[in-house]
Amino acid sequence: MSKRTERGGHRDAPVLDLDAIIDDPGTRIIVCCGSGGVGKTTTAAALGLRAAERGRSAVVLTVDPARRLAQSMGLTELDNTPRLVAGVEGKGKLHAMMLDMKRTFDEIIEAHADPERARQILTNPFYQSLSSSFAGTQEYMAMEKLGQLRRSGDWDLIIVDTPPSRSALDFLDAPERLGRFLDGRLIRVLMAPAKAGGRSAFKLLNAGFGVIAGAMTKLLGAQVLKDLQTFVSALDAVFGGFRARADQTYKLLQAPGTAFVVVASPERDAMREASYFVERLASERMPLAGLVINRMHLSPAGVLSAARSTAAAEDLESRGEHELTAAVLRLHAGRMQLAAREHREQEHFVSAHPTVPVARVPAMAQDVHDLEGLREVGELLSAQ
Amino acid sequence: MRARDTDWDGVRLHVVTGKGGTGKTTVAAALALALAAGGRKVLLVEVEGRQGIAQVFDLPPLPYEERKIAVAPGGGDVYALAIDAEEAMLDYLEMFYGMRRAGKVLSKMGIVDFATTIAPGFRDVLVTGKTSEAVRRKGKNGRRTYDAVVLDAPPTGRIARFLNVTNEVSGLARMGPIKNHADLVNGVVASPETAVHFVTLLEEMPVQETLDGLQELRTIGLPPGGVFINMVRESLLPDSVLDAAAEGRFDPAELVLGLKAAGLTDGGSAAVSVAEALAEEIADHAHRAELESRERLALEEAARPRYELPLLSDGVDLSGLYELAESIRTQGAA
Repeated sequence: MSKRTERGGHRDAPVLDLDAIIDDPGTRIIVCCGSGGVGKTTTAAALGLRAAERGRSAVVLTVDPARRLAQSMGLTELDNTPRLVAGVEGKGKLHAMMLDMKRTFDEIIEAHADPERARQILTNPFYQSLSSSFAGTQEYMAMEKLGQLRRSGDWDLIIVDTPPSRSALDFLDAPERLGRFLDGRLIRVLMAPAKAGGRSAFKLLNAGFGVIAGAMTKLLGAQVLKDLQTFVSALDAVFGGFRARADQTYKLLQAPGTAFVVVASPERDAMREASYFVERLASERMPLAGLVINRMHLSPAGVLSAARSTAAAEDLESRGEHELTAAVLRLHAGRMQLAAREHREQEHFVSAHPTVPVARVPAMAQDVHDLEGLREVGELLSAQ
Repeated sequence: MRARDTDWDGVRLHVVTGKGGTGKTTVAAALALALAAGGRKVLLVEVEGRQGIAQVFDLPPLPYEERKIAVAPGGGDVYALAIDAEEAMLDYLEMFYGMRRAGKVLSKMGIVDFATTIAPGFRDVLVTGKTSEAVRRKGKNGRRTYDAVVLDAPPTGRIARFLNVTNEVSGLARMGPIKNHADLVNGVVASPETAVHFVTLLEEMPVQETLDGLQELRTIGLPPGGVFINMVRESLLPDSVLDAAAEGRFDPAELVLGLKAAGLTDGGSAAVSVAEALAEEIADHAHRAELESRERLALEEAARPRYELPLLSDGVDLSGLYELAESIRTQGAA
């Protein structure tokens, strides 16, 4: 999967061979993860297109893509259904979809609760807040949708773009957090009145239910507490099945058919987050394919160092000659300086994680607008 | 008060948002330094538990406690606070009900975990509530404790929801303490004492998100601030050269002569290949410049004050931060 090359005298990093990964029929799921603003969705879409054009039947699941990028794949609405992408060359097929987390959530409720209970849940204000809010729910629903796509068996490769989480951890934490939430003492206390007229809560807590209920009422208000209790007890039955499926998806992610691709830009924050993610994946025993560093500033005139070109520019300027050349040399020096900084960021990562394969993608002058642009990104991803 | 007029006189709460990767935390930190310059006291707040402020100022992780982290040029102090939702809840219970102990029990039972899971609006109210309290807080002399508060807020995609707390909890709590608290917060956030600034790059996606974000703020009636265009590269080449390069008409012959004159190449053929490589770089630069001027125009249409911050080629270290603060001051943003 990876080969070692010498990179201009720098520390070796194994090369991430993405074509080998997408060509391997054993690869069934690719998860692109990383911090926000590093080109994660673009990477996912480009990999999907490339895989399809190399013969796979692929589906790309995106979460909140930029408008232009969605349009480049012909996605015009957020309708929670995989749509065939037109204009794909070759024998394979590409579908793409945007996650509608509220609809995904509603569908789970409708599928797993009897109509009366489903109605109770869907109209509860807490459910409405939970199902349409950003934090957390997107992660759960992305996991849920991934499981659904996998179970449908309609595609031989699923590429997932993870939500722009506050922290890279949220995606992996979804099943864990849900479990903690359901097993939490607070939930049990809240459900207690519905289950046993509040008596079980007395057994549960030495602090006394009265104090807690009093505090909760003061904090939330009586009406909120009542809504909350109704919601929690109504949701109890539904969540059991949901949790089991979340656990299943989690195991699926650990399986050998999954490849995690961590995406970063060569900035300190993004690289730090990438390091963190790599360590986290290792501790969760998730299969890491490697790191993609987007937006690298590479120079075609690399033979000319920043120091030499600055000195030459100064020389020309002091002599008042070749104004244009001096300006070009200054421009080049700036670019080389930037490239050097980006290289240092990459070196930090490589020394901490010497075995992680890396693919570098040069910065493109334009954003991606169409399939042609995605195709170009795919080529850059593979040309390592 | 300083004699100098700035674009945001009278603003006490500066909310800084931006798409991921635009340098939001860096700009918030530089703005705090700029606002503190000349002997003022400014609080820099972060809310997402990322310890971004500590990283930018090269400090160990910050606790949930207001502490002095930097001295501004010409005197003036920057304090920092990393708000933790759980601690903020304990504060809230103690401040309004004197119930710190009961709060601790609730917190042990995982109420904050619960609130983040089931109703993130609650978490946002606690966090914005703590920020508003710092904005309004007065010392014994009756003067405000802080001359300004800078909030390193969630990213653009989440900002309207984050600040629109009244709406966020109204579905959950039509009356009662949470509603009252949210109204109080709204009183600060929606007032002329607040400005919501956007950080962007001259790239399509961040600019689009900035324009969408400004529109959203307008819709919900929150006060838009300025647009900070970050990581701007200075343009060294004349437009005529850029135009030619963009159209592939740039002639490297002059460069070959220049490189030889500068003594950069020994033989003639080396000069030609370096010149051609540089010409490629110029074409790339020209395409980017074209895209950037298009994005600049799009931002102009938003008709908000704009500030341009330079790309620091060595990255943002502490001295870079002061450089950005100075730039913010010269442009009148602080």
